[in-house]
Amino acid sequence: MRAAAHPAEGPIATGLWRGAWRHLRASRAAWTAVAILAALLLLALAGPLLNPNHYDAIDWSCVAMPPGLRHAHWWGTDGLGRDLFVRTCQGLRISLAIGVIATSVSLAVGIVYGATAGFAGGRVDHLMMRVIEILSGLPLIFFVIVLTVVFGRSVELLFFAIGAIGWLTTARIVRGQAMVVRGREFIEAARVAGAGPVSIVLRHVVPNVIGPVIAYGTLTVPQIVLFESFLSFLGLGVQEPHASLGTLISAGAAEMQSAPWMLLIPGSMLALLLIAFHLLGDALRDALELDER
Amino acid sequence: MSTLRFLIARLSSAVPTLLCIVTITFFLIRFAPGGPFDQEQALPADVAANLNAAYGLDRPIVDQYLRYLHGLLHGDFGPSFRYRDFTVTELIDQGLPVSFTLGGIALLIAVIAGVGVGTLAAVGRGGMADRTVLGLAVLGVAVPSFVLLPALGLLFGVELHWLPVAGWNPGRVDDMVLPVVTLALPPLAYIARLQRGSMSEALQSPYVRTAFAKGLPLRTVVLRHALRPALIPVVSYLAPAGAMVMTGSLVVETIAGLPGIGRYLVQGALNRDYTLVLGMVIVYSTLLIALGLVADLLIAALDPRVSLEA
Repeated sequence: MRAAAHPAEGPIATGLWRGAWRHLRASRAAWTAVAILAALLLLALAGPLLNPNHYDAIDWSCVAMPPGLRHAHWWGTDGLGRDLFVRTCQGLRISLAIGVIATSVSLAVGIVYGATAGFAGGRVDHLMMRVIEILSGLPLIFFVIVLTVVFGRSVELLFFAIGAIGWLTTARIVRGQAMVVRGREFIEAARVAGAGPVSIVLRHVVPNVIGPVIAYGTLTVPQIVLFESFLSFLGLGVQEPHASLGTLISAGAAEMQSAPWMLLIPGSMLALLLIAFHLLGDALRDALELDER
Repeated sequence: MSTLRFLIARLSSAVPTLLCIVTITFFLIRFAPGGPFDQEQALPADVAANLNAAYGLDRPIVDQYLRYLHGLLHGDFGPSFRYRDFTVTELIDQGLPVSFTLGGIALLIAVIAGVGVGTLAAVGRGGMADRTVLGLAVLGVAVPSFVLLPALGLLFGVELHWLPVAGWNPGRVDDMVLPVVTLALPPLAYIARLQRGSMSEALQSPYVRTAFAKGLPLRTVVLRHALRPALIPVVSYLAPAGAMVMTGSLVVETIAGLPGIGRYLVQGALNRDYTLVLGMVIVYSTLLIALGLVADLLIAALDPRVSLEA
């Protein structure tokens, strides 16, 4: 039975993946995005090692110093004399980490929920989709804001809260895919072979819906990075002395008349990060031939 | 289902939704640590007790909840805990017109300009408008409002002296330009992209080919035949776009120093101003639900195949 299941599954899967890979390799936008992301990742991880300054070290002798290569503060300093290069690197690191982790949380929840609903079908599916419908009608962002204000500003809560609003769309996408997959022979074969619903969902449905999820996930990361920055900008996200891009931008916006680089440097880093993820996500979506909405 | 029955059904289903929102928010914020009268120094016990009694905080929480709901039914959002001498209703009455005007104009601009640019882009693929849409889309996703507004202020306010960086004088258009542009850009970018996609699709459909074959000019085909179905994705995006504008306004109003309701949600939550937070959540939820309703009605009007179902 297992053997019979494979031919049906095999060619389709490799065909899709190989075609997608060929498409992706030919895409200039995808390569640009990957290059930008690699550069940003390198900057986030290795940047602080290149510069003698510490993100938290206050240097009263060079407060709000403009960028320049003559001195050790390549990207200038902030209002407390802290080095902006190192702080921006650290901000990138935190923003990236939150983006990736919160996306993983929301994807994991969305995949399991959506696959279960799509695979179960019938009344269960109806009920589960109804829940999603109600939730997406609610102003969840406002909930998250209230939540983060009210229950202290821990990073864990941030992951949870942001992840909690991100899973709805994933669940919808996965459910749609799961419903398509459900009718296929290899699922029937697995069921005949005695596989239970849980193992069918995990071993047969999930791997088949993973492509769209990756594409969507790539588009979710920038949304979450943006949202985290938004929360940090409002003073609800990452707390001093740590920095995310949002807190740096917030501080920069307050000083923009006297020290515009404090806004422009983290602002452009955020912009680069967001553009790169969007380009990559769009390229993946094109490569996997997914509909735009 | 007739439009009237649809409206009644939807409005009556909005009531439990709102009740649910109010209930969750109420208990969420009430069980949060801290209270509205917390200060650097603890208040003397008798003062605190008096305050709690005056605001009804000494009653059992379910009792408070029911009293709050009772007030809501009479259009009373309760007193603000921090803005002494103000009721939440008064605060909303003062701020909402400003926020509503800015947000409404921004949403209108986003829809009209987004549909316009998106349509032009779809008609002339690879041309100027197409590249504009691409650029806008990149700008819209890459430059968040809290970067855009200060950057625009830096350029048009500090450098060029064309527009004020911040401030608000009732009725002065100058003050509204930068905030409105900032609020409008993200939804505009998204709508332009949606419209470009749906219009390209519509232009490839058989009935459009027929219309061209009849010898109708491009303008007529686009406006009379292709536009209507192409608008549907944009219209279904109305409520999310509204949410986008609302979240944007939280930031934009703070940066630009506008007297709207944008600052109350975060400030209220920080101050544990229970009634103010609840009031804000109710206002935003109601606006979103109303936008969703309008979107459904518009879709039914645009697409004769859609029957209104609650």
